[in-house]
Amino acid sequence: MSDNGRDSSVHERREWPLWEIFIRGMHGLNHRHVGSLHAADAEMAMKNARDVYTRRNEGVSIWVVKSRHIAASSPSDKGPFYEPSRSKAYRHPTFFDIPEEAGAM
Amino acid sequence: MYAQMVESTASDDDPEKLAAFQARIDAGEKIEPKDWMPEGYRKTLIRQIGQHAHSEIVGQLPEGNWITRAPTLERKAILLAKVQDEAGHGLYLYCAAETLGVSRDEMTEMLLEGRMKYSSIFNYPTVTWADIGAIGWLVDGAAIMNQVPLQRTSYGPYSRAMIRICKEESFHMRQGFDIMMKMANGSREQKRMAQDALNRFWYPSLMMFGPSDGDSVHSSQSMAWKIKISSNDELRQKFVDQTVPQADYLDLKIPDPELKWNQDKGGYDFSEPDWSEFHAVLKGNGPCNSDRMKARIRAWEDGRWVRDGLMAHAQKKAAGKVAAE
Repeated sequence: MSDNGRDSSVHERREWPLWEIFIRGMHGLNHRHVGSLHAADAEMAMKNARDVYTRRNEGVSIWVVKSRHIAASSPSDKGPFYEPSRSKAYRHPTFFDIPEEAGAM
Repeated sequence: MYAQMVESTASDDDPEKLAAFQARIDAGEKIEPKDWMPEGYRKTLIRQIGQHAHSEIVGQLPEGNWITRAPTLERKAILLAKVQDEAGHGLYLYCAAETLGVSRDEMTEMLLEGRMKYSSIFNYPTVTWADIGAIGWLVDGAAIMNQVPLQRTSYGPYSRAMIRICKEESFHMRQGFDIMMKMANGSREQKRMAQDALNRFWYPSLMMFGPSDGDSVHSSQSMAWKIKISSNDELRQKFVDQTVPQADYLDLKIPDPELKWNQDKGGYDFSEPDWSEFHAVLKGNGPCNSDRMKARIRAWEDGRWVRDGLMAHAQKKAAGKVAAE
């Protein structure tokens, strides 16, 4: 999710922290990660997000979260972490053969 | 393009890891910030994305020159929106580079100390309003040529930045061509200005793609890593083939006596730009290099108290909030 691969605390005193930006588009969809930006505080992050990520009516709602507050799964876990879902084919409707006579299901 | 002659850094990583990494790229997988990557891949990307980001920011200067002088209120508003887009493009790219472990302030300082570059094209002056048309038409047109394939680059954050940028870029090119149409169909004097702008921006636009990369080591490594997708010559040819009919439409003349259609290759033959000029501009000896750097340094230094003040204010507010809880 977060594109932020580094710990920004070293630069924290001087450089504005990094924020991750989430935007809900017009049609009632979930907020979606669109990118990141620097801002001194949440209010400024919000205004910058409006200027940077909604210049062409891309959104009706904005969330901003400091990048360092995001916990992300580790790429090396990719295999084992998702294993429980891989072995359960019966969770998919196509697992079951339903006779045509039974109708739409 | 906006990144010219980016050096690639060779890798002395574990060959097994390198092979697995290359296999991921060959399979069309995207590399994400926390994935293992060769040090050379990381460093080359920082240079390339950083140079591209700096170009977006420095590129605001030649156009910003005309915001106060645009001929109508509508043109002024359009140019303002375009220049604002360029700031956004710089931001997307800095953010992509930051995921590789370099901060935006560090990149800015490297630019200001002359340790990072920006595209040669922004070292040329914009002396008439027609230049704003020529920049949108030619410079943004050339940029699109390069950026469209880069949407498929192997590094996830870079690819996503390119996708966003490409979506916005076609407005830039079209507003430029619109200015050129107006000028080319205007008074004799306006048409002369349009032709003059084309004359001055044609070869610098061809230089944007960088010199022929025939057997360059940097290019082949970058291509294997899918950091570079098309060769410089390939893109330059495409650009010429696209642009010549547009110039014909405007009834303007491409300033190249050697330009002619080549039936066999299905493209135009054209003259190479003066590469010694290109190298001189990259070294800092173009017509506007020192003005551009002076403007960037002044903005950075004059803005320091604002950046620091806002940070101090945010920290004070946050501390107050904690104390109240």
